[in-house]
Amino acid sequence: MTAAPGAIVIGGGLGGLWATLRIADAGFPVQLFSLFEVKRSHSVCAQGGINAVLDTKGQSDSVRQHIIDTIKGGEYLANQPPIKSMCESAPGLIRTFDRMGVTFSRTPEGLLDQRLFGGVKHKRTCFAGASTGQQLLYGVDQQVRRLESLGQVTKHEWWEFLELIKDADGICHGILAMDLRSLEVRAFRAEVVILATGGFGQIYAPNTTTSTACTGAAASRCYRQGARFANAEFFQFHPTAMIGRDKTRLMSEAARGEGGRIWVPRNPAERRAPKAIPESERFYVLEEFFPSYGNTVARDEASRAIWHVTRQLGLGVRGTDRVYLDLTHLDRHFVSTRLGAILDIYRKFAGVDPLDEPMEIFPAAHYPMGGLWVDFERDDSGGMRAESPRNHATNIPGLYACGECDYAYHGANRLGANSLLSASFSGRVAGESAVCYLKGLGADRATLSPTEVERAIQEQASLNAGLMRSEGPENPFQIHRALGELMTAKVGVVRSNPELEVALEELQTLDTRLDRIRLGDAKAWTNQSLSFARQLRDMIRLATVVTRSALARDECRGAHYKPEFERPLPEGKFPGDPEFEDYRADWQANNARWLKTTIAEQTPEGTSIRFEEVDTSLYQPTNPRDYR
Amino acid sequence: MSRQHRTAASEPEPSAGKAEPDRIHLRIRRQDRPESRPYWQDFAIPYQPDHNVVSALLVLRADPVTIAGERVEPVAWERNCMEEVCGSCAMLVNGVPRPACSALVDSLAQPIALEPLPKFPVVRDLVVDRSRMDRTLAQVKAWIQIDGAWDTHAPAPRTSQAEWAANYLYSRCMSCGCCMAACPQFGPHADFVGPAPLAQVRLMNAHPTGRYDRVDRLHAIMGEGGLSDCGNAQNCVRVCPKAIPLTTAIGELGRQTTLQALRDLLG
Repeated sequence: MTAAPGAIVIGGGLGGLWATLRIADAGFPVQLFSLFEVKRSHSVCAQGGINAVLDTKGQSDSVRQHIIDTIKGGEYLANQPPIKSMCESAPGLIRTFDRMGVTFSRTPEGLLDQRLFGGVKHKRTCFAGASTGQQLLYGVDQQVRRLESLGQVTKHEWWEFLELIKDADGICHGILAMDLRSLEVRAFRAEVVILATGGFGQIYAPNTTTSTACTGAAASRCYRQGARFANAEFFQFHPTAMIGRDKTRLMSEAARGEGGRIWVPRNPAERRAPKAIPESERFYVLEEFFPSYGNTVARDEASRAIWHVTRQLGLGVRGTDRVYLDLTHLDRHFVSTRLGAILDIYRKFAGVDPLDEPMEIFPAAHYPMGGLWVDFERDDSGGMRAESPRNHATNIPGLYACGECDYAYHGANRLGANSLLSASFSGRVAGESAVCYLKGLGADRATLSPTEVERAIQEQASLNAGLMRSEGPENPFQIHRALGELMTAKVGVVRSNPELEVALEELQTLDTRLDRIRLGDAKAWTNQSLSFARQLRDMIRLATVVTRSALARDECRGAHYKPEFERPLPEGKFPGDPEFEDYRADWQANNARWLKTTIAEQTPEGTSIRFEEVDTSLYQPTNPRDYR
Repeated sequence: MSRQHRTAASEPEPSAGKAEPDRIHLRIRRQDRPESRPYWQDFAIPYQPDHNVVSALLVLRADPVTIAGERVEPVAWERNCMEEVCGSCAMLVNGVPRPACSALVDSLAQPIALEPLPKFPVVRDLVVDRSRMDRTLAQVKAWIQIDGAWDTHAPAPRTSQAEWAANYLYSRCMSCGCCMAACPQFGPHADFVGPAPLAQVRLMNAHPTGRYDRVDRLHAIMGEGGLSDCGNAQNCVRVCPKAIPLTTAIGELGRQTTLQALRDLLG
């Protein structure tokens, strides 16, 4: 294997491509690995937009407000210096994307347009039609292709990351990867590796809005090799996703915002078509549960209410996990103008027009706030020190992580339109940190034992051979379905400790079942079942980390909800009232105990969980969230 | 446009009798390796009204048994987003190149014939190698030259809403390859760059700073395999799942290259 003094980037979504650009810009060669052509990455699925304070809408928006919104949206669980730097960098990132030719939507003056997005009061979201993620990804994809044509970037598309190569001191020096066509396992040397492999919604499949590649296998493999995993229990569920057999597709919040009503038939045995059901026999779920907010209640509240009606009251449409999201009472022209993108998606994939029939929806696993633990270095201003090799470094020296596979920016819940921002920003920072790391390396580079590397390759190859010969009674695709059902039912929008205990046992059973599969494909060429079965093992391991982390956290915070530990606001009481002040004191005591990052680590005994302090140096948690 | 009613010459003979209403009949053209011979297999899965071709293939892979009762290897095919935005799952569905995720089973005549996207080398079963599109994008310099991926503290020049609306149509191209598959001029037999990369030339040449390199891009499509190889069959624009006005782009480029040829002549 050649010893090129460069970087390996794994993953070709927004994060990975930004990291690639910054490393190549600095003059170091980059080897870019992806499961497929990079422009097919999951970043393309983000529709809504990307937050950046431009303050061009006459609303006196400020970067400080963006920082506070992000911190509070995450219920204070994210370290604040990285958030500060991200929000401060956002306008510059947008300008850079703009120069790359990204087709941002425009104002009549030809300037970047901005719109309002969930959970904030200012128009702060740049967007490119209804396909912002796709447009941003193509912007960096084109730049990477330019650098590739100059020889600064080498793409390895159709290669899957399998394992880190570490030296005797535990320092990362490269990877083992598998050619997804020939199934050849090969070692690739580099002095720094950046993981940008996205989220892991597939552990909830098919009840997830994520792409099939979002298995979390790569992060799970690094975890097994000693990388810490942080805040794994925090997974955002989007309340209104259209049910499909292959996946659930996101129906934007705008559907509720523009007047959409969520309901189920009051009679669980109801079999009439929805429009034949009279008003008096309809249960308008959110309007009855939240009289003051009604259908525009926050994402997590809406998800839990829908969960309650379907799973606990058994009132799902036709006895299934479905509720109606109804637009048919609204003016057709108004709906077509305001919600055109949603109508198109629903018509295209359900074959039904939401102007004629209510949509059928259910909460779906959308975005993990947790991910690989990464470091940062705070500067004097309270932000992240620019060009510190610590930023986005995992605890494995020489391994960095960025994008959805890290945990850094969203705390206990993510603000809408902050995901494209964190993916881009963290990719940029990870790239810059990797450059610092490379520059700081001494002249003498570690020598790796060729026999050790060869042994690792042989182990991987024999694992593949064993799977291809497997003739057991189990089917990997059925195990995956069982995993998704288990995680949705027991580690989803509502959690309880007894159920989580059961889930851990069942995960163990699934892991054992996976030992006895029949792969059903022995061909040593483009063997998709082989790759899938391997990823499934990593998904089950990651699901175990999620479940253990959820079990360890006895509170409600953001997307993690255990009703047993809920602390409701005292009704009708406000700051100054003794009842409210008691509540505040109680809330602060809870923070003293639980405002901590969950850190999971692989030990010989299994998953160990501990807690780490959160850096709240910019904005102290003194006020509980109160949307009244 | 009613895609499902059009058929191509490559469609296999329809099987005798209509499919049972309780099942979905898939007829799939398979190929084990790039150099091996293709063959057909028939499968049936239980009918459900909300299946699309990708979800049907997901069901099939868990239990791949042919109608003749033979247990075979799962069909290889590509998919990722399943929202018609990543471009992975394009294939021939009843003879028409289109993304499989948005091909609803209820809108398709059965048996549903699935074939790999033509014109590209087959890797295995329905998986093809579309890397030629990537190489062509590099050849025509489908990017904006920027000094580097850092903030210059200045935005790009302004773009009117009308210009934006025209450009946005082209920026949604996901390199699925449907237009290339449908184009009679594109294929292993020819050098023609194909409609998708041409549309990107149109897009980049319209950008205020992308214009600086328009001469380079035009020269790249003025030689052999360039714009003049377009036979004006207009298949591309009919099959594009994103309704990208590919022929409009080609028309605009025709005018641009004519002018450029004149300029080149006059020096």
